Amino acid sequence: MIRARGLVKRYGSVTALDGLDLRVPEGRVLGLLGPNGAGKTTAVRIFTTLLVPDAGSAEVAGLDVRTDPQVVRTRIGLSGQYAAVDEHLTGFENLDMVARLYGLGRRRSKARSRELLELFDLADAGHRPVKTYSGGMRRRLDLAAALVAEPSVLFLDEPTTGLDPRSRIDLWGVIRDLVAGGTTLLLTTQYLEEADRLADTIVVIDHGRIIAEGAADELKAQVGGERVELVVGSGSDLAVARTALAELASGDVQVDEHARRLTAPVHGGAGVLMGVLRLLDTAGVVVLDVGLRRPTLDDVFLQLTGHAAEGQADEGQVDEGQAGGPGAGIPTAPHLDGDAPTIRDEEKEAVR
Amino acid sequence: MNPVLRTFADGAVVAKRNLIKIKRVPDILVWTLMSPIMFVLLFAYVFGSSIDVPGGNYREFLIAGIFAQTVIFGATFTGAGLAEDMQKGVIDRFRSLPMSRSAVLFGRTASDIVTNLLSIGVMAATGLLVGWRVRTSPWEALGGLLLLLVFAYAFSWVMAYVGLLVRSPEVVNNASFMVIFPFTFIANTFVPSENLPSVLRAIAQWNPVSSVVQACRELFGNINPMAAATPDVWSLQHPVLYTLIWSGVIVAVFVPLAVRQYKRSTSH
Ligand SMILES: Nc1ncnc2c1ncn2[C@@H]1O[C@H](COP(=O)(O)OP(=O)(O)OP(=O)(O)O)[C@@H](O)[C@H]1O
Ligand SMILES: [Mg+2]
Repeated sequence: MIRARGLVKRYGSVTALDGLDLRVPEGRVLGLLGPNGAGKTTAVRIFTTLLVPDAGSAEVAGLDVRTDPQVVRTRIGLSGQYAAVDEHLTGFENLDMVARLYGLGRRRSKARSRELLELFDLADAGHRPVKTYSGGMRRRLDLAAALVAEPSVLFLDEPTTGLDPRSRIDLWGVIRDLVAGGTTLLLTTQYLEEADRLADTIVVIDHGRIIAEGAADELKAQVGGERVELVVGSGSDLAVARTALAELASGDVQVDEHARRLTAPVHGGAGVLMGVLRLLDTAGVVVLDVGLRRPTLDDVFLQLTGHAAEGQADEGQVDEGQAGGPGAGIPTAPHLDGDAPTIRDEEKEAVR
Repeated sequence: MNPVLRTFADGAVVAKRNLIKIKRVPDILVWTLMSPIMFVLLFAYVFGSSIDVPGGNYREFLIAGIFAQTVIFGATFTGAGLAEDMQKGVIDRFRSLPMSRSAVLFGRTASDIVTNLLSIGVMAATGLLVGWRVRTSPWEALGGLLLLLVFAYAFSWVMAYVGLLVRSPEVVNNASFMVIFPFTFIANTFVPSENLPSVLRAIAQWNPVSSVVQACRELFGNINPMAAATPDVWSLQHPVLYTLIWSGVIVAVFVPLAVRQYKRSTSH
């Protein structure tokens, strides 16, 4: 449904896209991930006919975006990175205008606009000029505009950036419904959890090139399986704890002496965790904190690109549960930042 | 849908959007209507009282010139509006829609007809207050106003092209002064062209602004019977036809130029 072969786009000396290949089968969701400047927006703009590539080809719904842009436009819906709505028009007028320009009749345009305002929780604000909207409201209006013509292919460039947790979850619901209805979706996002939840396939790009591709689980497996992390009460316990952990671990135990933290890869989930605790208890080690950690897409992202995903630190994640979160339901506050030693080193390197 | 119809339909949608903006930000309209009033009053009282046209009424002679100059300046609005649009996110929305490629331009020039109509109305009213009179029939006077509108519409395409070329509303405003001042002053707008030195006179006589003004003066009946006869150049002997020809040529040249520039400036 969406297909790119060898897309190249240069801006002067900057190569925004460097031979990108993508394929999204009908009814599927592709999550395009990448650090700032990776080329995500550039790719979306090429697919949506806003930008002409320097080389390579892009197809949407079987149509070449270069030779058939006008037909492509009838099939797609776009919500770009920055809300493309008119400040002076009301929410309703914006949607009505877009509907008319898609070629919907007068009456259908109005009906559809009302329906979408309702769906995006903007019915009350629908008669106010967009100038008076908050950032999140604009964003939702822009998304509504993308859906006006019930397009079969949808491009969403960071659709939930700037949305509050509730709106974000609502939007995920809308997106799931659309996909269930057969819509093909290309989604870029900085929220890895979002990609994890919505995307069938994730493509990680950096410097305009693919650096990893696969289902979320496959990508996570690349980083490694589950790990036990524990923090002991005193430095003198470290050696004992290490021996105990080594008995059940499936690989090397890593020790951060300063933080009195031990990390080891394990197989067997919660059962192993119980075993570790029993051993430590017998040995008389005081355990301050313990948790089972699965790799998250954050880890994948960090390892692959060498930088943290935008917005992870400040905007936080949605309360529906952390991606990959605390496996055994044990309090894991110190684990949330996900800095397993190996990855932390990489991060330091990246900061330089 | 037939592409021509589609352009009109989409252009109408865009024009409606532009008009809504004028309604929401009335300051724009107030300022666009203030300047015609100011022009009429200034010229009527400052120049109209102190300059003599042999045997006649300079104030009446001036009105058509002021009308023409004002609607031509009004075209700046078209260029600045487009330049502003091009900087806004909504242009990306337009470009991702299966709408006519030139609707943004046709919509803009169409909504500016409405502003021009208003400004002509305001000027006519102000003119009547300061003593301007139509000395022919109302139909002929309407014909004159219509001709003004036609020429203004054509000229708005010139400024549309300029607006797309420079892509900043402020620059459009400055650039337009550079173009419009000489264009409207080297003409019979405020002084009879016969009084100009020879090179300027030739330019003035063939300047379409002069023919618009001449046509309006004839249609309003504001030609001074005592003044020298209309110069014996074809452009001023057939001012309506000459104006229409120019309008047609301007449209034929600048519509494709502007459309091409629009496509170009939005596809990199
Ligand atoms: N109009 C432009 N002129 C010059 N360089 C550009 C232009 N647009 C994009 N670039 C460059 O192309 C590269 C890719 O930009 P792009 O917007 O596609 O990144 P992105 O992955 O969407 O980033 P972000 O996560 O910050 O939105 C960047 O290096 C950017 O500086
Ligand atoms: Mg981007």
